[in-house]
Amino acid sequence: MVDITNQSLNDIIENIKTKKISSTDLTKAYINNIQSAKKLNAFVTTTFDHALDKAKQFDNKPNFDQLLPGIPLAVKDLFCTENIKTTAGSNILNNFIPSYESTVTKNLWNNGSFLLGKLNCDEFAMGSSNETSYYGNVINPVGDQLVPGGSSGGSSSALAADLTPATIGTDTGGSIRQPASFTGTVGLKPTYGLCSRWGIVAFASSLDQAGPMTKTIKDCAIMLESMSGFDEKDSTSINKKKEQYSKNLKDNIKGLKIGIPKEYRVDNMPKEIDELWEKGKKILKDLGAQLIDISLPHTKYALPTYYIVAPAEASSNLARYDGVRYGYRSKQGKDLIEMYEKTRSEGFGDEVKRRILIGTYVLSSGYYDAYYLKAQKVRQLIKKDFDDSFTKIDAILTPSTPSSAFKIGEKTNDPVSMYLNDIFTVPVNLAGIPALSLPAGVDKQGYPLGLQLIGKALDEQKILNIGYAIEKNCRFKNKIKRWWL
Amino acid sequence: MSLDKEKIKHVAKLARISVDEAKVDSLTKDLNSIFKFIEQLNELNTDKVEPLTSILNQSLRSRKDEIRDGKIREKILKNSPKENEEFFVVPKVVE
Repeated sequence: MVDITNQSLNDIIENIKTKKISSTDLTKAYINNIQSAKKLNAFVTTTFDHALDKAKQFDNKPNFDQLLPGIPLAVKDLFCTENIKTTAGSNILNNFIPSYESTVTKNLWNNGSFLLGKLNCDEFAMGSSNETSYYGNVINPVGDQLVPGGSSGGSSSALAADLTPATIGTDTGGSIRQPASFTGTVGLKPTYGLCSRWGIVAFASSLDQAGPMTKTIKDCAIMLESMSGFDEKDSTSINKKKEQYSKNLKDNIKGLKIGIPKEYRVDNMPKEIDELWEKGKKILKDLGAQLIDISLPHTKYALPTYYIVAPAEASSNLARYDGVRYGYRSKQGKDLIEMYEKTRSEGFGDEVKRRILIGTYVLSSGYYDAYYLKAQKVRQLIKKDFDDSFTKIDAILTPSTPSSAFKIGEKTNDPVSMYLNDIFTVPVNLAGIPALSLPAGVDKQGYPLGLQLIGKALDEQKILNIGYAIEKNCRFKNKIKRWWL
Repeated sequence: MSLDKEKIKHVAKLARISVDEAKVDSLTKDLNSIFKFIEQLNELNTDKVEPLTSILNQSLRSRKDEIRDGKIREKILKNSPKENEEFFVVPKVVE
């Protein structure tokens, strides 16, 4: 029998539409895969009964005109789901059951899909290896010792292991693109404001964006179309006409101008990353695109800026976890202040506490100008670098990450070395522009490597088209053996 | 500049997080290495740069000040770690 679960979302949708498979059988196939992949620890919560109910409803009264007809989907556990536990990977939300649905997941369900389960992630999306989750490490299906990237590590692992046909994550500094790169999958961080942030557990509000994680570029276009759109409940949501990304996908990129930023060639970058970049450039050139050397001079300051802005916003957003209205409450604490302090100390993990302390410090009296204001000024310079470049180019090509997936425990003792993972992804969040990562090759160990395409604000279609052209021409094939069976 | 243990305890107090005495040393070390990294920004002269306060090319919308929902007290209290009929319950504040 053909295994439907290793096919692309687009192919699965075709199979549903031509009635080659029912939604119920499709859902059962994924449930079966999930049950035999517990070693990966990709799920925090499964909702199999709910999924089978919804699949049955679809099969009884199918609507094939929807974008995601009868498709089961698992999502990162950072999206609030009505009446289904939402933890954000944290002990402090261990018992939190939202009474509302995030706009982005609601959009997915309105397009015909339904929830299969909630995926593990770094605690409050703070991490690059999924090692900060209260619910344990997630394993990369590429190798049993490897991290799946983070913070959307459960999402990347589940997708690459065929536990969900597509998924969604959130990206504050690279949390969609880096795990996609580590698992040989596609991930897109949309323009800030394209997808509603309403109902997503907040990390850093001026940087957070939800986006799709898929096996192919076409799937990515379908998912982006399904999840994006104006939402009056998010005051930073952009009010514009909805795009038909999948219908408008085309691989003709002749004449496009692609910027190659010299600052992304960093010291000690593995040779294979450089070779991958060269491979990407050659494909684009052969397809008639024009390569243009550009400079983004403030690139090296992006990470230090991020590590002021993101913790500052996080310390403010996470102030709400006080043990009073929802979430975990410590049994200790003889007065109100002590109850707060014990609750937050026991409820948050070490990385989250570290970032709250950094954020509190940079915003505290006497230090605000030296840190936070300074970072806002440098952020302006980083944004201006991109604005200036995009007057003469259509998109930018870079590697997605400075290395392939690393081993569990390899970087946990040195926060700065962990942070350096996001060196190529963070500038995009600071500038609010879109970028995608697509798999384009492997290193000498056979681990996947990704290329990043950066576009100007609201130019998702163009980077999807360029990605589509690269995908067709680099013929990357993810060779994951199901070693966990 | 470097952060000493006293400063970290003060910031922890501001953040309402009690810090385990046994963990203060490693926390001090980690935070200092992060701040050393952050302070690269001091190489840049930003005297004439305007701070970036919004990443959007639009101003924030305001909405009409009107009641759209309500009567959801049960829903709101549902996740409370401790409640008493209509209220959230906290340790005694006033004697």
